[in-house]
Amino acid sequence: MAELVDGYLIPFAWILAKILVFVVVVLVGMAYLTYAERKIISAMQMRIGPNVVGPFGLLQPFADAVKLMTKETVVPTGASTIVFFLAPMITFSLAMIAWAVIPVASGWVISDLNVGVLYLFAVSSMGVYGIVMAGWASNSRYAFLGAMRSASQMVSYEVSMGFVMICVLMTAGTLNLTQIVEAQRGMWFVLPHFPMFIIFFISVLAETNRHPFDLPEAESELVAGFMTEYSSMSFALFFLGEYANMIMMSGMISILFLGGWLPPFGIHIFGHESGLLWFALKVCFCLFVFIWVRATFPRYRYDQLMRLGWKVFLPFSLVWLVLTAGFLVYTGRVH
Amino acid sequence: MSTNIVTADHEIENYTVNFGPQHPAAHGVLRLVLEMDGETIDRCDPHIGLLHRGTEKLIEYKTYLQALPYFDRLDYVSPMCQEQAYSIAVERLLGIEPPPRAKYIRMLFAEITRVLNHIMNIASYAMDVGAMTPFLWTFEERERLMTFYDEVSGARMHANYVRPGGVAQDMPAGLAERIREWALGFPKIIDDMEGLLTENRIFKQRTVDIGIVSKDQAIAWGFTGPNIRASGIPWDLRKSQPYDGYEEIEFDVPIGKHGDCYDRYLVRVEEMRQSVKIILQCLDKMPSGPVRVNDRKVMPPPRAEMKQSMEALIHHFKLFTEGYHVPAGEIYAPIETPKGEFGVYLVSDGTNKPYRCRIRAPGFVHLEGMDAMLRGHMLADVPAVLGSIDIVFGEVDR
Repeated sequence: MAELVDGYLIPFAWILAKILVFVVVVLVGMAYLTYAERKIISAMQMRIGPNVVGPFGLLQPFADAVKLMTKETVVPTGASTIVFFLAPMITFSLAMIAWAVIPVASGWVISDLNVGVLYLFAVSSMGVYGIVMAGWASNSRYAFLGAMRSASQMVSYEVSMGFVMICVLMTAGTLNLTQIVEAQRGMWFVLPHFPMFIIFFISVLAETNRHPFDLPEAESELVAGFMTEYSSMSFALFFLGEYANMIMMSGMISILFLGGWLPPFGIHIFGHESGLLWFALKVCFCLFVFIWVRATFPRYRYDQLMRLGWKVFLPFSLVWLVLTAGFLVYTGRVH
Repeated sequence: MSTNIVTADHEIENYTVNFGPQHPAAHGVLRLVLEMDGETIDRCDPHIGLLHRGTEKLIEYKTYLQALPYFDRLDYVSPMCQEQAYSIAVERLLGIEPPPRAKYIRMLFAEITRVLNHIMNIASYAMDVGAMTPFLWTFEERERLMTFYDEVSGARMHANYVRPGGVAQDMPAGLAERIREWALGFPKIIDDMEGLLTENRIFKQRTVDIGIVSKDQAIAWGFTGPNIRASGIPWDLRKSQPYDGYEEIEFDVPIGKHGDCYDRYLVRVEEMRQSVKIILQCLDKMPSGPVRVNDRKVMPPPRAEMKQSMEALIHHFKLFTEGYHVPAGEIYAPIETPKGEFGVYLVSDGTNKPYRCRIRAPGFVHLEGMDAMLRGHMLADVPAVLGSIDIVFGEVDR
């Protein structure tokens, strides 16, 4: 009995607790990301933004959540009901399970997977399934066009994203996210791989369907794209999924290029490394740029996006990959 | 280009998409039936009439003065210019001429209206191609312009201010200074907005070479206003048939080269700068004096006079019950509204109501070009082209 408790139940409870903490933090983060987005954009547009619900509008995300939960769920006639409801769940849960391998500070990770990067890559690419299913199941032409766009967009960007990641992996010499961060102790990868950092950031914008690549939900063309027919909680799941993806991808950028939880210039606050704080700051920085881009740029057209992906990013990242490999072999870091 | 592929057991057809009437980018109640080959547009069929209110027919049952407010409600983004067109038509039938100060006030507010309209168009255009910040930046200016409307007429949109024979009342004290102050600061706002759009690579990719209208096409379709000027034809009624004293004002007519969406945008931006120039000139040159024609048969007498003069009281009573009689005849009075040539064709049979009032709305004509402009383009270009030709449904459907 004692063996059962010590060997299984306590670790199980411990993992569960860790998962719960992650989920709660990410959910609250998502809620306040929507608030931050509205506040930052309104500041950039010389508006006030939400300021009525609670002090400085701080309770606005919860008011929105309650509103969405109490709304009626409408299923369009001719929709494939099961797939219709499965799609938002897939999007949302994929956005959440990606957090399993992200180390937020030294040793603070649910699962320190040896192939963490591959896991992240796989999970983030699967996000498109939710969108394609939603577009197909809605039985609406706008939604269907949105889904088609999303699929083609994903294909155009995943490839160059893959090459960017390989560059980082070769430099770090490992697929484990914790070790990738540790490999940046001397120099963050953003410096040697700066062009790749830019490509990766733009690809992430496309991957998370953010401006200026929000073609699957371009409101001036496709009404709301794949989300057109969704309402109430199923809509909220898509919405939250998008924001969870944003946070997750910002975490990924921080880990791959900005040195994860490592402090810049070895600055130690409160006498130690304060990894969590630095990680959070880097994620916030990435999210701010996400929002900033949204307030600034017009939207790409879908063929222009494909051209950018295939004709600019892919060749460039391929060349950079060869250069990186050549450099590493020449300096004798890999054999 | 229609691609109906027939295989052994299937016939693959193009599908149609309803773009509107409840679409966020359809600018009101436009319904475009798009025949699509994937994301490429094979045919675009604009359906109109969802905002039809029978304005032309209603005007036949109103006196000449009562008909005026209908013109505010045609193109509700540029109300005063349309009042001006109607007023000029009635004045020409009556054979009267408004006093010089009234003409300058009309020009001043016509140009304010032009800025009002172009802000709305460019900002919503930017929004249609995905940039939302210019919309909110420039709408603050629009708000100020509407305050000027408010100060002069008491209403922010449907002013009912320009009347046959002048304007309703003189400008309040201090308004000229406030307008001047605004006009001096506005070019800075245009610069800010241009900073986000004009050289933006994404914006250019979305607009350059999209929806090209050649010179010949522009003439054949009867394009006017910024749309024909973007195609390279310097056609501006303010220059070619000056009305209300535009011959005394110095301004340039910007024209485009390629006739694409980007040129239409640039022409509008430059027109706003020219409008500011005109506004400042109007303020400098504005004479003092009466703002209503001194003809008691057309314009009501001052209220003070009515307290003493029996004649004035009778005139007032007759004007606001029966209205004035307009000599029999017909007239077509076109003016350069922000959207293009807005013409009022009036037929009078000598009574106090128009026998017929036909309105030439520029938007209606421009909408006809949609199909040819969109063929072969992609779905994402629909809002880009639609925004660039500046459609407002109040005037298209009338």
